[in-house]
Amino acid sequence: MFSFELLRDAIVLGLLLGCFYAAVSVGLSISFGLLDVPQVAHPAFLVLASYGVYLCNDRFDIDPLLAGLLLTPLFFVLGLVTYRLYYETFERRGSDAAVRGIAFFFGVAFIIEVLIILQFGVDQRSVTAPYIGKAWRFAGMRIPIRQLVAFGVALALTVLLATYLSRTFLGRAIRAVAQDEEGLRLMGANPVRIKQLAFGIATAVVAVAGALMIIVAPVEPTLDRVYIGRTFCVVVMAGLGSITGTLIAALILGVAESIVLTMFGASWAPAISFALLLGVLTVRPQGLLGR
Amino acid sequence: MNRRTMFGLFAAAILLGGVSGANAEEPPIKIGMSMAQTGGLAAGGKASLLGIEIWRDDINARGGLLGRKVELVVYDDKSSAAETPAIYAKLLDVDKVDLLFAPYATVPTAPIMPLVKQRGLLLMGNFSFQVNSKVGHDMWFNIAPWGPADSWATAFLGLGQKAGGKTVALLAADQEFAQNLAKTARDVANRSGMPIVFDQAYPPSTVEFSSIIRALSAAKPDIVYVASYPPDSAAILRAVNEIGVGDNVKIFGGAMVGLQFAGVMENLGSLMNGVVNFNTWLPEPSMYFDGTKKFFETYSKRAVEAKVDPLGYYLAPFGYAMGQLVEQAVNATKSLDQKTLAKYLREHTHNTIIGPVTFGPDGEWKETATLEAQFRGVKDKNIDQFRSAGKQVILFPDRLKTGDLVFPFEDARQ
Repeated sequence: MFSFELLRDAIVLGLLLGCFYAAVSVGLSISFGLLDVPQVAHPAFLVLASYGVYLCNDRFDIDPLLAGLLLTPLFFVLGLVTYRLYYETFERRGSDAAVRGIAFFFGVAFIIEVLIILQFGVDQRSVTAPYIGKAWRFAGMRIPIRQLVAFGVALALTVLLATYLSRTFLGRAIRAVAQDEEGLRLMGANPVRIKQLAFGIATAVVAVAGALMIIVAPVEPTLDRVYIGRTFCVVVMAGLGSITGTLIAALILGVAESIVLTMFGASWAPAISFALLLGVLTVRPQGLLGR
Repeated sequence: MNRRTMFGLFAAAILLGGVSGANAEEPPIKIGMSMAQTGGLAAGGKASLLGIEIWRDDINARGGLLGRKVELVVYDDKSSAAETPAIYAKLLDVDKVDLLFAPYATVPTAPIMPLVKQRGLLLMGNFSFQVNSKVGHDMWFNIAPWGPADSWATAFLGLGQKAGGKTVALLAADQEFAQNLAKTARDVANRSGMPIVFDQAYPPSTVEFSSIIRALSAAKPDIVYVASYPPDSAAILRAVNEIGVGDNVKIFGGAMVGLQFAGVMENLGSLMNGVVNFNTWLPEPSMYFDGTKKFFETYSKRAVEAKVDPLGYYLAPFGYAMGQLVEQAVNATKSLDQKTLAKYLREHTHNTIIGPVTFGPDGEWKETATLEAQFRGVKDKNIDQFRSAGKQVILFPDRLKTGDLVFPFEDARQ
């Protein structure tokens, strides 16, 4: 049964969902898109951040968003260490680093999953905040406030990152290392150090995205498996390394998924992301805003 | 007594001692199973296993079965159907177990049914739904109190119809268990002349339900029957609270897995108020049988150490009861022969901590004891409130009932 009211609601909810997808994908856009690191443990880092936020909220009653921000330095260091380990054991040693790197990051993902299970058990965890579980009534619509929060934070995060990468010296160096590592070396910069810093930033962003993840829905240790397809789909569709493209791709995906869920039936929803990906790659093999 | 006689007596004593020594060290009776220790079903799997372990410890403290200790051989199936056929083949061919318990839940159990039927083995089912309906194995006995396949839908839709409901919405996860339930709900609705105005299967990877709930509310149903898995159940109720399902709805819930587990219940708190959902055991006055109270005293202590569901109502007592069934069958028949045990289980009523159990020809309970209960007066972040009666009032079945349905759903949520 078609109705314009339903379609309008689907588009609005889809835009909010899309922004959330952008937030959980933007870190991967840097690590995988810009640095060519096969970071398949990205969703596991997200889940780890969610559990960190849960701990802060449950034990110290800290607001989940604030907890996410407080965790960013820790995740930055975690990113630095992870990249250094990956570099020393794989990247430095040969050209098939990416292939072997996938095994490394899968291993990291499994270790994170098991550590979470050992520490927290297998039960779902969620957080409490004044904006969770309530809706904002606007023009006959009821919009979940948690989704509005995710929308605002995701938008801010994307704009900040895009500005940082295009306006600052280190940001431009990160983009340069993605384009021509050898050229950067000739300019006197250390590409490994820059990549390590970039990986640190990408992992720090995950702390905030992890906070959004547990704000939007409860988390459990194996949730990373649900997100792995979606996040990689967004990053590839966006065009590798494009932060703005990540936002656009995530919005398209969110709206398409929401319309399908509302108007055509939920069974079709998983196919949508990959159908869109195939469609975009057919027309633009480099992705929406790829280089 | 000459030297030869003395030597003969000495040799006989050693021989007899050796024989009696062998009796004392007879190998244990091995019960093999896979159980979800990781993955989506792990919360249930761990609680179920603890219930079975408590039975094992009790029976061993009483001297074991047929004078032999009971040993459990357990492997993690990672909640996956792909793991269980190999695990059960190993249990039978390598570990040489004497008896089999099925894994927790439908999805991991379904692929081992052909194996046990082919080898003619007794299998104690552990909360799967209708896995034997097509296989037709006559040595299958499910401990879950589901009863006839359509009893869930009949009970829930019946309660909705009594409250004046005429139209039905179905929302089910796109997985074996939930789809089986949705199918029976469709049949029952058609039989009862209730039009289905919304019928959707959502994929297990769905993380956000706002759009689905918005579409559901637009269909203006009177009865909303949801068959969902733990992560989805929490997300659905959150979306219902934010988006709303409409004033028409008389009854909401039915088959939401997850709302039986302490972690989810504590997280959702007051969001569950008004929801009518299935359960298997609740701390209501009608649910205590011989040994129930003692079991939960032990479970509460061990659950803390084992970091599993602190309440354990849904699965743990049934794990214990599964052991009690085997214990009664083995003690009565003095045998471990699979056919003899199956015959005994089929032909008798068994008294357990979850009440009397009688099996029908399909190995399911002859009469359903699946509860439909309504959450009432639940507060946020308080797990201990669920230990007392009145928080989940039993509406069905009549013999266990402790209250009547409060409706419409929006009023019941207050």
